[in-house]
Amino acid sequence: MRKIATIDTRFWQLGIMAGLLLSGVMLRDFSLLASQIGLTFIGGLLTQAIFIKFLKITQYGFLSATITCLGLCLLLRSSNLWVHPIVASLAIASKFTLRPCGRHLFNPANLGVILGLSLFPETWITNGQWGADLTTALWLIAAGFFVANNAKRLDITLYFLIIYTTTLFIIRILWYGYPLAVLFHQFQNGALLLFAFFMISDPMTIPHQRVGRFIHAFLVAILSYIFQYWLYWNQGIIWGLFFATFFVPLWNILFPAADYKW
Amino acid sequence: MFKTILFLFIVFIPQLSQAFCGFYVAKADVSLYNQASQVVIVRKEDKTVLSLMNDYQGDLKDFALVIPVAEVLKKEQIHIGDNKLFKRLDNFTAPRLVEYHDKNPCQRFKYKMKNILVKSDRESAAAPMKEKDSLGVTVEAEYTIGEYDIVILSARESDGLETWLKQNGYKMPLGASAALKPYIKQDMKFFVAKVNLKEQNQTGLKFLRPLQFAFQSEKFMLPIRLGMINAKGAQDLLVYVLTEKGRVEVSNYQTVKLPSNMDIPVYIKDDFAHFYKSLFDNQVKKYNLRAVFTEYFWNMGWCDPCAANPLSVSELKKLGVFWLGSSSTNGRGIPVQVTRLHVRYTPDTFPEDLMFQETGDTQNFQGRYVLRHPWTGSPEQCDAAKDYFKNLAERHERESSVLAKLTGWDLNQIRHKMNLTNDNSSTTSEKWWKNIWE
Repeated sequence: MRKIATIDTRFWQLGIMAGLLLSGVMLRDFSLLASQIGLTFIGGLLTQAIFIKFLKITQYGFLSATITCLGLCLLLRSSNLWVHPIVASLAIASKFTLRPCGRHLFNPANLGVILGLSLFPETWITNGQWGADLTTALWLIAAGFFVANNAKRLDITLYFLIIYTTTLFIIRILWYGYPLAVLFHQFQNGALLLFAFFMISDPMTIPHQRVGRFIHAFLVAILSYIFQYWLYWNQGIIWGLFFATFFVPLWNILFPAADYKW
Repeated sequence: MFKTILFLFIVFIPQLSQAFCGFYVAKADVSLYNQASQVVIVRKEDKTVLSLMNDYQGDLKDFALVIPVAEVLKKEQIHIGDNKLFKRLDNFTAPRLVEYHDKNPCQRFKYKMKNILVKSDRESAAAPMKEKDSLGVTVEAEYTIGEYDIVILSARESDGLETWLKQNGYKMPLGASAALKPYIKQDMKFFVAKVNLKEQNQTGLKFLRPLQFAFQSEKFMLPIRLGMINAKGAQDLLVYVLTEKGRVEVSNYQTVKLPSNMDIPVYIKDDFAHFYKSLFDNQVKKYNLRAVFTEYFWNMGWCDPCAANPLSVSELKKLGVFWLGSSSTNGRGIPVQVTRLHVRYTPDTFPEDLMFQETGDTQNFQGRYVLRHPWTGSPEQCDAAKDYFKNLAERHERESSVLAKLTGWDLNQIRHKMNLTNDNSSTTSEKWWKNIWE
């Protein structure tokens, strides 16, 4: 177990996400073309290479960029070929250009999805693409990954899930009187799972300190609820994270701690 | 006389203007396709026109409809629609069987394809405020529109609403109060319609016409939960969504396209309805009644092959397509896309109302099944004919297994109906081992 934990968390993440993409394309109707996958990686990795070369950065590799590309392939759907590479490219570029306080602000996949949905009308996210049975299995795999790695900053996944679930429970079940099954149904949403384990948990874009991470998770959960159930935007959690991210530098100032290193 | 609550349904949006939605629950235990509920949703931006097909077959004086709405609808927002348009839309989007005739392999360039279409023959595939203090129910408005007497109620407690409806002659199913509660908590109103028999007689019609509603709401959804209260077993719902740009899918459940474009045995020509029903049953089972199925997505202006003529601009306008001008044609197509969704649900497998989203997807899709009639010549006519018959035998084997897989029917029976035998098929004799251990 200790040996597993010493492997860079991102290798696990990469392995699981690649598995998800493969199973999604093979077992489920993902409406994703092989060429779109290929172009996403070309756009994303090429942008990463260009920035590394021109900014003469030595500590950056391609692991994170690959994970970003996988995340975009898993989430974003488009009827065009060029949306995926453009979005991947912009997402990766944001890591090098949007750097308040010396570190990148947005989780690149989150920003990529937001840009895709906002800039290109022929772009969408299919939350229900996984199906209930596969999603249940994915939760188990992701939870296993979570336990096995015990990565220092994955506590935010837990905070988010607990706060989001509690919010749903109090408002939807206790107050509105929906059956409890509605709550369980929320967790059959593959996008929520991807989000909780692979997007909000990105150690580079969340507060360094535990209290800051809790506040961030709280804000994401509440904003997600508002976007999803008050404003009826279909991708509440994605928007919730995007807007909550603007406050991360503030939490880092109020609750200072050492920078995360992979 | 008690009115039976047949149909309940809802949409809500607290801070925006009118919103609601609806859905009919047939109570008669007729076969799946005879009584599937049908809904047409026309949607652009936050504007929705909803039409509900009312296939109620019982005594009209016992009919009642309860639809929760976000705000009190004005009389002008409610309209009586035309049953025929549902039939037109159903025919246009129905899964279809296409027929081809194999060419004479000896006459390569004299081939002319003939398409015959066989449609799936699915049969019908404001009054002053009055409050009763003790119940907390207020009559917000009262209208007579067409053959319907309509009241719009607001309620403070679900128990009070249930009691009010009971006192006013409506027979409420068990569990109604719990199901009404979430909608009351969100401050919704309730649209209640029953048949005005005098007005109904004047229409001279033996059936009820669909109700149509126009409203504005950010929320793009169809409430199905209330209709499940008194339902036994699974229910079928067909939703036709007319949008301007892209395919519509359900955002809180898995939406899948049905298997399509397969070659199937020619004997299905006389049994297509049965075939399609079995195919659908089989798919529903495969997804454990937890998926919504796309049966059709295409531009409204054309089709290939057409199961029926596209709806005309005036027909679309009657369904509520409000953005369509008289000159809205753009080459091959008009700015209206139709998505046909088919869902079979139970209270357990669909715990939430259906939420929709319009995607940017413009890839056409249709349920299309292909019959290929063999050439009727002799293998002795030429060398190519010999190859043709060898390939034909293989094709028949493929068709039989595709059919078995799609429908779950017994492969041996299919082969029997296709007159396939193990003796005269070169393919099966090569695979003599195939059936040993079955």
